[in-house]
Amino acid sequence: MNVVAPVASPVSPTPLKPSDFASDQEVRWCPGCGDYAILKAVQKALADLGARPEKTVFVSGIGCSSRFPYYMATYGFHTIHGRAPAIATGVKMTNPELDVWVVTGDGDGLSIGGNHMLHVLRRNVDLQILLFNNEIYGLTKGQYSPTSRVGTRSPSSPGGSIEDPVSPVQFALGAGARFIARAIDTQQKHLIAVLKAAQAHRGASFVEIYQNCIVYNDEVFAEFTGRNAAEQQQLLVEHGKPLVFAGGRKGLRLNHRDLSLEVVEIGEGGSGAAEVLVHDETNRTLASLLAAMQPPEMPVALGVLYANPQPSFGERRGQAPRPVATAEALNKVLRRGDTWVVSAPGEGTAPAPAGEA
Amino acid sequence: MNILSTKSAKPQARQPARQELESVVVRFAGDSGDGIQVLGAKFAAATALAGNDLATFPDFPAEIRAPTGTTYGVSAFQINFGGRSIKTPGDAPDVLVAMNPAALKVELPNLRTGGILILDTGSFSERTLRKAGYVGDPRADGSLDAFRRIEIDISALTLEAVKPLGLSQKDALRCKNMWTLGLVYWMYGRERDATIAWMKQRYGDTPIAEANVAALNAGHAYGETAELSGDLVGTVLPPAPIAPGLYRTVTGSEALAWGLMTGAHLAGLRLFFSSYPITPASPVLHILTANREAGVETLQAEDEIAAVCAAIGGSYAGALGVTSSSGPGIALKAEAIGLAVAAELPLIVIDTQRAGPSTGMPTKTEQSDLNLAMFGRHGESPVVVLAARSPSDCFDTAVEAVRLASRYMTPVMLLSDGYIANAAQPWRIPEVDGLPGFPVRFAEPHDGERDFLPYARDPETGARPWAPPGTPGLEHRIGGIEKGEATGHISYDPKNHQRMVDARAARIEGIAGDIPPQRPELGNDRGPLAVVGWGSTYGPISRAVLVLRERGHDVAHIHLRHLNPFPANLGELLTGYDRVLVPEMNAGQLVTLLRARYLLPAEPLTKVTGLPFKIEEIQHAILERLEKRA
Repeated sequence: MNVVAPVASPVSPTPLKPSDFASDQEVRWCPGCGDYAILKAVQKALADLGARPEKTVFVSGIGCSSRFPYYMATYGFHTIHGRAPAIATGVKMTNPELDVWVVTGDGDGLSIGGNHMLHVLRRNVDLQILLFNNEIYGLTKGQYSPTSRVGTRSPSSPGGSIEDPVSPVQFALGAGARFIARAIDTQQKHLIAVLKAAQAHRGASFVEIYQNCIVYNDEVFAEFTGRNAAEQQQLLVEHGKPLVFAGGRKGLRLNHRDLSLEVVEIGEGGSGAAEVLVHDETNRTLASLLAAMQPPEMPVALGVLYANPQPSFGERRGQAPRPVATAEALNKVLRRGDTWVVSAPGEGTAPAPAGEA
Repeated sequence: MNILSTKSAKPQARQPARQELESVVVRFAGDSGDGIQVLGAKFAAATALAGNDLATFPDFPAEIRAPTGTTYGVSAFQINFGGRSIKTPGDAPDVLVAMNPAALKVELPNLRTGGILILDTGSFSERTLRKAGYVGDPRADGSLDAFRRIEIDISALTLEAVKPLGLSQKDALRCKNMWTLGLVYWMYGRERDATIAWMKQRYGDTPIAEANVAALNAGHAYGETAELSGDLVGTVLPPAPIAPGLYRTVTGSEALAWGLMTGAHLAGLRLFFSSYPITPASPVLHILTANREAGVETLQAEDEIAAVCAAIGGSYAGALGVTSSSGPGIALKAEAIGLAVAAELPLIVIDTQRAGPSTGMPTKTEQSDLNLAMFGRHGESPVVVLAARSPSDCFDTAVEAVRLASRYMTPVMLLSDGYIANAAQPWRIPEVDGLPGFPVRFAEPHDGERDFLPYARDPETGARPWAPPGTPGLEHRIGGIEKGEATGHISYDPKNHQRMVDARAARIEGIAGDIPPQRPELGNDRGPLAVVGWGSTYGPISRAVLVLRERGHDVAHIHLRHLNPFPANLGELLTGYDRVLVPEMNAGQLVTLLRARYLLPAEPLTKVTGLPFKIEEIQHAILERLEKRA
């Protein structure tokens, strides 16, 4: 009748190149915007994964980041402010075979759409959620955002913002997310690896990507992304590996007195590698401690902070999509309960045979 | 003794002379915990089995468990039944059953003078009278003299009837509603068998079931043996002239849910329903969730916005997305409905209207969301607007909503209301196989050599192709930003925007050619007066016009299902009448539309009390206009 025969193969029969995932639309982000790098990384990740364009859907809300779907040669839906997680939930529930990505920003995902973000993570809908965090409202010309640090000067906070920012990864942990990762727009190799891990995870995968807004909030992350700062201020976590940074000269250990993380020097008079914690991505408490680290006292933790799969929303509901109702099934529903037969005039009524009930 | 297997005795002894009435309105009222709704539903079922037509109206408080014996904890159920076709639950009750002083206090003002008043005297005490707000005892102060009273200690008689079953006092008293049902069954010569069978099915072979049956039989026996005068009781109603077929009773919520399921089947679509709990719309969510095996996917969303958005996602992915709410929730969904307008995706939004503004009166009915449905979005964003007229009409209206949404790739607002949602009436069950289908054709996959044009319009309907993700070769991007004609690419071109606005409007307006021309329900297509209604005013308008026509008045009844677009001939039809009267449970929303659209001097008849129109209110308004003219 109207059923399109789906292409069964989950991966591409002929390998696609990253450029095969680029649409014919001219990219209209500001020159130098971090979004370009993220777009490139996503296209490369999809090519590496052997994704099929017709099975891949990008759903976005509103904001600079949310223009993303227009530049992908996949299915794409640029929706309304903050609502992408809800729309993506409907897409995924209707067709679980689709690989659905949500692209959002700090304002879209954590301010106007904060409630949907909370619930899509709690429900564990099998989506990849990429939150581009630039700590500013870009598309509306530079107001402070829910992730802006205290003191951010903007048109709506000329004296500096006074609100404490929300931490995306800590929010996601609190919401019950089972996959939480963090990456930086320009660190392509690492970002691509994180995106692939997110795609492989069954259930909601939450990825915060630090994205530099060159116009309204340039270098807001320079403290840990700058060429000279990166080594000292970034800790790339890897499951089963020691939590070390600064070229292996520093590590993290647990302060047992107040249950906090602290930096320890390794070797040459340092306390040595024995004390350094090993990353366990299934440990929620550790993830929470890593997520809370802030420069300059502590390095910024990047990579998969937490990955501890539970059955996804779809798996709990029973993945197979419900088929179109048959007339037989509907006739049964309509006849459930008390029914009676009205005969031709004068013959009265009678309860329907028991079989109908 | 196994009471459940005992065949109920046929009333024959002491049968008083029963008068034959055309129709009777009975209202049961009691405390929230008295089981009034069950009592009413069972009486309705037995009445339907007896071949009468009927309409019911459950009227319960917003409080889930209001304090016992208070006036705001009174729950009521009204039924109008008869040997002719029944259009409304009736204006004033002929019989009021008051299970406690609070129910008497609240409901007595509605009882027709000379009507029958049945009181449970066991519930009357100084304390309960005071709680109901009585200073003295109304039975002693003459205030009940205008009614024919039947005073029975139903509480004591129920306790006595169920004593052998050894229930607690509390459980035993809960059988009071069945005792009362038994009495009323006797009054109208109803059979008890179906109720007993239901009881057995519901409670199994348990003391609770046996106690309820014992109470039912005791109430019935009381009617047979008590010295009640013949003019008080014993009304026999002949079967109504009803088309042959298999029947059941339906509420508006049930008919809506089943209509959506059936419509989706007829379109060849899966149904994706997503909503957030709200009074009085929640039953649709419950009913559909219970029918997941019949092609329905449901989601209880985190809020109203998420509910409509998930439904849009469902439609985008190739199912029929439906969301449902009441006024406050519909207001929250407005922006997302606009997205569905721009994205040109099928979407059904059900508004079970209730009294507003704001929280208003959640359990009271109103028709005040027509403006919201028509205009409640930013930008030029026309949608289809339909309204159901009665509980059973919800089925056909829901099927029509699916047809229009899927054929024209558009949101459809379907208006119901609190009255329709909860009221029940008999419904002839259709054979789904025999209903005309309207299968959807998704865009065909192709090799990707040509560019797919997601906004290329069907020349006949103006609809764009529906190409769900997963279809090879049709990868495309849509969204809320204005789109270039055919390509769907972002466009800020002024001329393109004008053309897209025009195309969206023309697509909706074109639907007027795909719906039946409007005909009067009753009366001629020209004359001195037409009464034009929409939604749940159907019952009272229809009855009022019928009665007046029988008395020789030339008045017509026109009732609209399609509110946007209007049927193509509506303007012409209305110009055939000297006067047009528009009764509405709002401050005049349809009448304003008609006046604006057709430059007609249509007159409003408005009522915004949270209650449906009474037949006599509409009769009065009609006569006033006919007389003024004469």
